[in-house]
Amino acid sequence: MAKSHRRPIEPLLWVLFSGGGVASAMLMPALVFLFGLAFPLGWLPATTYEHLRPVLLHPLTRLVLFGVCMLSLFHWAHRFKYTLYDGLQIKHLNEAVNTFCYGGAVVGSIVAGYVLSRLG
Amino acid sequence: MTGSPIYREHHPKWLRPRMSTWWWLEKWAFVKFILRELSSVFVAWFVVYLLLLFRAVRDGDGAYQNFLAFSANPIVLTVNVVTLFFVVFHALTWFALAPRAMVVHIGKKKVPPFLIGVGNYGGWIMVSAGIFWFLLR
Repeated sequence: MAKSHRRPIEPLLWVLFSGGGVASAMLMPALVFLFGLAFPLGWLPATTYEHLRPVLLHPLTRLVLFGVCMLSLFHWAHRFKYTLYDGLQIKHLNEAVNTFCYGGAVVGSIVAGYVLSRLG
Repeated sequence: MTGSPIYREHHPKWLRPRMSTWWWLEKWAFVKFILRELSSVFVAWFVVYLLLLFRAVRDGDGAYQNFLAFSANPIVLTVNVVTLFFVVFHALTWFALAPRAMVVHIGKKKVPPFLIGVGNYGGWIMVSAGIFWFLLR
C-alpha cells in the first residue's frame, strides 16, 4: 500500500460508520414498520398531511433527520465497501469502490440537507 | 492479471488459493456476517425512501397522497418487508455487539457490559415509542 500515509481519515470514517449504526438501529425499525408496512397495508391509519407537516417542519426534527440520513449513508458506505471487498473479493477495484461508496454518501447527504432545508 | 509483475531474485511465489465467492456459506457465523454487511444496503434504501417522503411533504398534500400510493405498490411493499427484516436484524446485532465494543467507566468503576446492553435496548424501545407517539397521536 503506497498510500498508507493518507490514512488519518480512517478514524473519522469509522466514527461516522458507528454513529450511523446507532442512528439507523434506533430509528429505522419503527419508521420502516409504519411508513413501509403499517400505513400502506392499512394496519394503522396513515399520519395525515396536516399532522405530519408541522412535525417535520420543526427545526429539531429536521436536524435529527438530517443527522440520521447523513450518518446512515456513511454507515452504508463503510459496510458496503467491505461487502464488495470480502464478499465479491474485488480488492483490485479499490479506488472505484471507495469513490462510489463515499462519493454516494456525500452526494446523498447534500441532497438530504437540501430537501430538509427547503421543507417550509 | 494485468500489468507486468515485479520479479525479485529468490522471492518465493505467493501461495494464494482462490477463494470462492460463496465462501461465507460454509458457516452460519459467516452467513450472519454477510447478512449484517448486506443490511447496510437496506439502510441506504430507506434513506432514499425517507427523502422521497420529505420531498412529498414539501410539495403538498397531493404529493403526500401520491407517496402513500407509491408505498402501497407491490414491489415497493415487498422491498420494505425485506427492509424491515434487515433493519431489525441490524438493530439486534448492533446492540448485541455494542457492550463488547464500548467500555464505559463511571469514576473508576467499569460499567458492566450487560447494563450497556440494557441501556441500548431501553433506548431503542423509548425512541420507537416516541416515533409511534409523534406519528399516531
